[in-house]
Amino acid sequence: MKKLIKEFFKGIGSENPIFRLVLGLCPALAVSTSVINGLGMGIAATFVLLGSNIIISLIRKSIPDQIRIPCFIVIIATFVTIVELMMKAYAPELSRSLGIFVPLIVVNCMVLGRAEAFASKKGVFVSILDALGMGAGFTLGLLLISAIRELLGNGTLFGFLILKGFEPVLYLVLAPGALLVIGLLIGGINFLSAKRRSV
Amino acid sequence: MNKLTVSPSPHIKSSQTTEKIMWAVVISLIPAGIAGVYIFGISSLNVIALSILSCIFTEALFLRLRNKELKAVLDGSAILTGLLLAYNLPPETPFWIPIAGGMVSIALGKQIFGGLGQNIFNPALVGRAFLQISWPVYMTAWKTPRWWPDAISSATPLSKEAGAHFNYMDLFLGNRPGSLGEICVIALLIGAIFLLVTKIISLHIPLSYIGTVGIITWVFGKEGFFKGDFIFNILAGGIILGAFFMATDYVTSPLTKKGRIVFGIGCGILTAVIRLRGGYPEGVCYSILFMNAAVPIIDRFTKTKKYGIIKK
Repeated sequence: MKKLIKEFFKGIGSENPIFRLVLGLCPALAVSTSVINGLGMGIAATFVLLGSNIIISLIRKSIPDQIRIPCFIVIIATFVTIVELMMKAYAPELSRSLGIFVPLIVVNCMVLGRAEAFASKKGVFVSILDALGMGAGFTLGLLLISAIRELLGNGTLFGFLILKGFEPVLYLVLAPGALLVIGLLIGGINFLSAKRRSV
Repeated sequence: MNKLTVSPSPHIKSSQTTEKIMWAVVISLIPAGIAGVYIFGISSLNVIALSILSCIFTEALFLRLRNKELKAVLDGSAILTGLLLAYNLPPETPFWIPIAGGMVSIALGKQIFGGLGQNIFNPALVGRAFLQISWPVYMTAWKTPRWWPDAISSATPLSKEAGAHFNYMDLFLGNRPGSLGEICVIALLIGAIFLLVTKIISLHIPLSYIGTVGIITWVFGKEGFFKGDFIFNILAGGIILGAFFMATDYVTSPLTKKGRIVFGIGCGILTAVIRLRGGYPEGVCYSILFMNAAVPIIDRFTKTKKYGIIKK
């Protein structure tokens, strides 16, 4: 039981996809301009991760080793298509603002990485926990980055004006701002964990 | 009889120290500051003061966080960064612009890389680029010299909408809108000559930089092939300030003479291309930052030969 809980929480903490594994940075950089976008991308990626982990773990014994990557991609692409069509039907505005980055989940290193490193080797139940943990870690990371960028770069959170009379730092909503925020967050997290280890 | 002294090399030490160099550059920048304050009025002194204070406070904060001696605040480097940043700002800005710029310059431009001597990019230009991208409205509200009839104008001589023609004498003396410290070419040249005479900077970077900009704007200038107004292009904008005081920064420029010439030519090409074809009217800041990033590779390819080695 303890091991299962660890399997879930490692995605949020010690193996956080954005801050620890530094995977899936492309969407993390591109769509973290507002909290809504970040949340939408996080949930979409979590759904794809969950679906692909379950299927890959179920059929892991019948996938030939030589062509495992194409197999993973086909499975992942199926779930991405589902997400994309669902989003277009029920959240057209979110779909417009995320744009190309929803179909690009197909080649997200985080999803493929979990399929290769985890789901193709472990059972279904742990793969589900792994997918949920990783998805939660990814979503939380996106929320943190996009909250910082939206609050300081636009003065809003979830589209509501929070900082009145504050001149927004345009830099942070532009592309270099994403690199800066992620870099500083990774640096800060490394600093804190190094400090904790040395104590 | 005294015993012979036994000590590790180096045995001959220069009297030159980092502090002395930094303070000499600060002194060499004073004439341009006086000219700027005289031309734009006493309120531009606020920009200089706030920028320097912000840099010093940020530096002290980081030294404290990194458990270093606070005395290092006074080595002149933070003050120099603040001064250079202020010279790159419009002469009248909201008070928080120089404060934010100073914090970004020191925190993100210098201390995050490990402090003095470790930074890849010129800290003052990092601050300026950040401000330029974040608050473009305030960063392009140019004040005109205080004896001009209209108070605020949005056009420097280099911008495309600048209607009035500036004669060379106005540009040379600084009778034009522009950044606080870049306008008075004669004051900048006085400071530059001081630095050259005291051998703090060499002519390699400034000459190759200004020369390249001159040649490119002459050949491909707006007025036609081989008819470009290169004197205007050298005097207007921030090339003199950039070439003598910012591109020559020890930490962020190449080590060898050959490398410095390559660096200057690169800065010149980028500046001229941004001015003639780019979206911004001025490209000194971005071109120096670009070339700063190329310094390690320039250094690698311009290594000097070891003494006594025969080339095969």
